[in-house]
Amino acid sequence: MKAQNASAQETTGTIRVTIIKMIEQVAEEQGKTLPSLSDDAPLAGSHLDSLRIAIIVARLDDQLNLDSFTGANDIMPLITFGDFIRLHENAAA
Amino acid sequence: MPPHSRRSLWDLTRGSEDDRQRFIADTAVHTSIEALAARPNAAELSASFRDQSILLSTNEQITAALALIALDGVAQRIVLCPPDLAAVHIRYVMETAEVSAVLSDHAPDAADPRTAVRYVTCGPDDLGPITANEKRVATEWVLFTSGTTGAPKMVAHTLDTLAGPVERIRALGAGAVWSTYYDIRRYGGLQILLRALIGGGSIVLSSPRESPAEYLARVAAHHVTHITGTPSHWRRALMSPSARDISPRYARMSGEIADQAIIDKLRACYPQATVAHAFASTEAGLAFDVDDGKAGFPANLITENGTAIAIRVQDGSMRIRSNRTALRYLGENAPILQDPEGFVDTGDIIERRGDRCYFAGRKEGIINVGGLKVHPEEVEAVINRHPEVQMSLVKGRANPITGAIVVAEVVRKPPPGDDAESSAECVEKLRTEILALCRDALAAYKVPVNIRVLSALNVGASGKLARGRA
Repeated sequence: MKAQNASAQETTGTIRVTIIKMIEQVAEEQGKTLPSLSDDAPLAGSHLDSLRIAIIVARLDDQLNLDSFTGANDIMPLITFGDFIRLHENAAA
Repeated sequence: MPPHSRRSLWDLTRGSEDDRQRFIADTAVHTSIEALAARPNAAELSASFRDQSILLSTNEQITAALALIALDGVAQRIVLCPPDLAAVHIRYVMETAEVSAVLSDHAPDAADPRTAVRYVTCGPDDLGPITANEKRVATEWVLFTSGTTGAPKMVAHTLDTLAGPVERIRALGAGAVWSTYYDIRRYGGLQILLRALIGGGSIVLSSPRESPAEYLARVAAHHVTHITGTPSHWRRALMSPSARDISPRYARMSGEIADQAIIDKLRACYPQATVAHAFASTEAGLAFDVDDGKAGFPANLITENGTAIAIRVQDGSMRIRSNRTALRYLGENAPILQDPEGFVDTGDIIERRGDRCYFAGRKEGIINVGGLKVHPEEVEAVINRHPEVQMSLVKGRANPITGAIVVAEVVRKPPPGDDAESSAECVEKLRTEILALCRDALAAYKVPVNIRVLSALNVGASGKLARGRA
């Protein structure tokens, strides 16, 4: 779904900021401080358990009004933080 | 040979030729099976729990694992507390299970109800089995079901019902190094602990404090051969590049529906391994393992002619009768676990397509979040405590990581005054307050991920909330 009234560039920048904020917020709710996430950092190394990643995915879909995991289950390419952001950016594009 | 019921977990664990190499390990502790036998002080401590009803209430899984080895055959009853047992339920649990002693790895809090009885604090090094010539009794093991409304549901087992035939476990191969994403204080994890111990193997325990990559690194370092978890655990694990660093011979899923996608991915990642999924529950016990690479299970498993296990489908849901089912629920006015013919209703809806059966959800609308069960009514009860909430509906929403997550719909009481009350700001405030209530009262996996504030909810002709269940 296309984000409303935003150019592609603005959209992707916004999505990155939203995702980082969301991850930080969920980590904070879990009582954890995350090391800064670079694009090639494996998401799995982030100390976020499966419940937290599930929460992040669900909240991002709500907030960005996306359905980034249509077809479900197919999450294998999602190895790094960068992949995770790109997946949401592509869903918004 | 004495009957199985009088061979304790320790008797079944020890005696393999390589007890010196066999081990139990977590992130901090590594102990060989042989070393456990050489702890005279520990034996004395264990013997002091003879015929007691013991609440095993530990922070660390390894303390619980070693205490089970130490106390089975000695204690009259062991109540195995899961990590998320709420403090508010402790008193009820102690009364219902007639607890006479507490074994823990941490000091009690102020006004801790557990100190009403003998309270022993110890670490993993303090625990070990009683000596060989002391009497063994058939200890009752009490487990908790993973999702319950209100007071927790306690289920009675014995080592026999939990472990099943010793020969079958040993046929899985001695020398196996097991590991599991599950907590061994719940049924699924306990199965793996027992397989490792009784089967002549070792076990690597997981920790909630380590990342999947750190856990997988330990699994690789210990050369784990047999590894198990829920489909959610595996979906999460396969996101980590470290998943490629392990090479198990056996990878198993249980606790949730294993769909074809996750089975295919596990097989692709571990082509050398047997990939299996199992059906088991705390009440019904282990029913079967399927390792043909396909989702669901062969329809011919539904038979009452089996020697060990009978399976039938009644009112759409699967019922199981076997010597692996639990004995009963604990407590006065507890529901009856088995029907008059000895079958336990699993509550799992079965759908048959050709010669294959598939799981099609839960009878009571229970939400399965990564293998942990959530009763919508329990969450609704918490939300409804908020003075501005008129009614609420909690349901599951599909999620690619945990299978499902909890979401809620809430209807506000009509504001007493003007319409300013329904401003976005007020709605946001309500959401925040409801979330705070839920976080206080519920385990993290039960807290709604999303709360929608609506003007009305569907109420059916029966006056009940329309839950939209199949």
